[in-house]
Amino acid sequence: MRGSEEFLDVSIWRQQDGDGHFETFQVPRRDNQTILDVVVWVQQQADPTLSYRYACRVGMCGSCAMMVNGAPRWTCRTHVQKVAKGNRVEIAPLRNLPVIKDLAVDMDPFFDKWVAADAVFEPSQTRNDPMAPITPDDPMRIAASEAIECINCGICYAACDVVASNPDYLGPAALNRAWSLVNDSRDAGQEARLDAVSQGGGCHNCHAQQGCVRHCPNELNPTASISGLKRATAKSIFGWGA
Amino acid sequence: MIRPHRTHALWFAFMLHRVSGIGLALFLPVHFYMLALALTDPQQLDGFLKFTDLLLVKCAEFGLVFLLAVHMFGGLRLMALEFLPWTPRQKTYAATAVALAFFVSTSFFLRAL
Amino acid sequence: MLTLRLYMAQRLSALIMAPLTLGHLAVMIYAVQGGVSVAEILERTQGSLAWFLFYGSFVVAVAVHAAIGLRVIMFELCGLKGVMLTLFGWLVFAILLGLGGRAVWAVTFVGGGL
Repeated sequence: MRGSEEFLDVSIWRQQDGDGHFETFQVPRRDNQTILDVVVWVQQQADPTLSYRYACRVGMCGSCAMMVNGAPRWTCRTHVQKVAKGNRVEIAPLRNLPVIKDLAVDMDPFFDKWVAADAVFEPSQTRNDPMAPITPDDPMRIAASEAIECINCGICYAACDVVASNPDYLGPAALNRAWSLVNDSRDAGQEARLDAVSQGGGCHNCHAQQGCVRHCPNELNPTASISGLKRATAKSIFGWGA
Repeated sequence: MIRPHRTHALWFAFMLHRVSGIGLALFLPVHFYMLALALTDPQQLDGFLKFTDLLLVKCAEFGLVFLLAVHMFGGLRLMALEFLPWTPRQKTYAATAVALAFFVSTSFFLRAL
Repeated sequence: MLTLRLYMAQRLSALIMAPLTLGHLAVMIYAVQGGVSVAEILERTQGSLAWFLFYGSFVVAVAVHAAIGLRVIMFELCGLKGVMLTLFGWLVFAILLGLGGRAVWAVTFVGGGL
């Protein structure tokens, strides 16, 4: 049985139209508490006007992504005892995206860049054609599969300094998906895709800082995918490769 | 103060590469100007070359060679990352690049003494 | 803000410079032994086509490489864009090519003022 109850010093970003600020709440500390538990407690017990997003709360959907003590994380999968600095925790909306209210960001720019990177499958056949015979040990399929598990949570986008300094930069997630499609032999839009990722906001702006690799909860490697795009676009200059 | 999401080895590798590049870009015009003095004023150049016998200058030269070597090995590491098959040992290569750069500049320094 | 062409120019100039840099470092480590003077340098380099080509290509490569590198930094840190950014890049290229070319000329061809 615990003696006196412990409290967390939680700073949460509040913003509604225009500039925001941090507000502090005292949140009772519990065993196995996650950051999402903390945010939920604040909204239910302290301030019902707090806005935030979550859905599955079990680390599958990526909706609860926020900046926790300066690093982008899934809050439902972040234990307080792992990240708290003493008793202090700072929670802010995802970096590099416009804030709608408090902890909820506008994901539109993220998805607009997804489309701009041509990270969209372009079919080469119809339902009347036979199925494409792709074996699981095909090297291209393996490359595509390694990059395919992205659930568009936006954490890599928030972690990336190039996204922060270059408004046109398509970002790790969009480029990662573009790479998985470059490796999809059923796709018919390869030339247009390589063109799409070679513009001013394209893959060549990546500095390989690998903040994306460090923070991706699905352990994807967008830097490797972007390097793949760099190779593919370089080859296309000389007319080599697909 | 470095933000938490940047405290990893590969980010430092990037920052080192950028800083060394800026340093070299600032140094080069001066270097070129000094060399061209061989044409217009060889005596001034000779005087300057004698000045490089000073220990302080030799330490500065060590710093310059270090910047050059770290920028080059860091750049080669980056190009290996981009164009060769991916390996998980990128951090090791980053450290190796710095170590090699240090080695090269030290040997320069020792020879110059 | 790199497009494919700028990126390739950057990478290719880097590749060209790798052996040139190692060569330059080796030469310097050898040359600075026992002190260095103008006469010592010039007596080895003047009239030499080989040194002219070596350092000449070094200067061209570094002018390209540094101009593009600084262009990226100006864009990312200072937000310079569009025409101004392009002008800045060309300016850096011109300065390095000009000063560097003059230095190569000074060291490999007989003096007498330019």
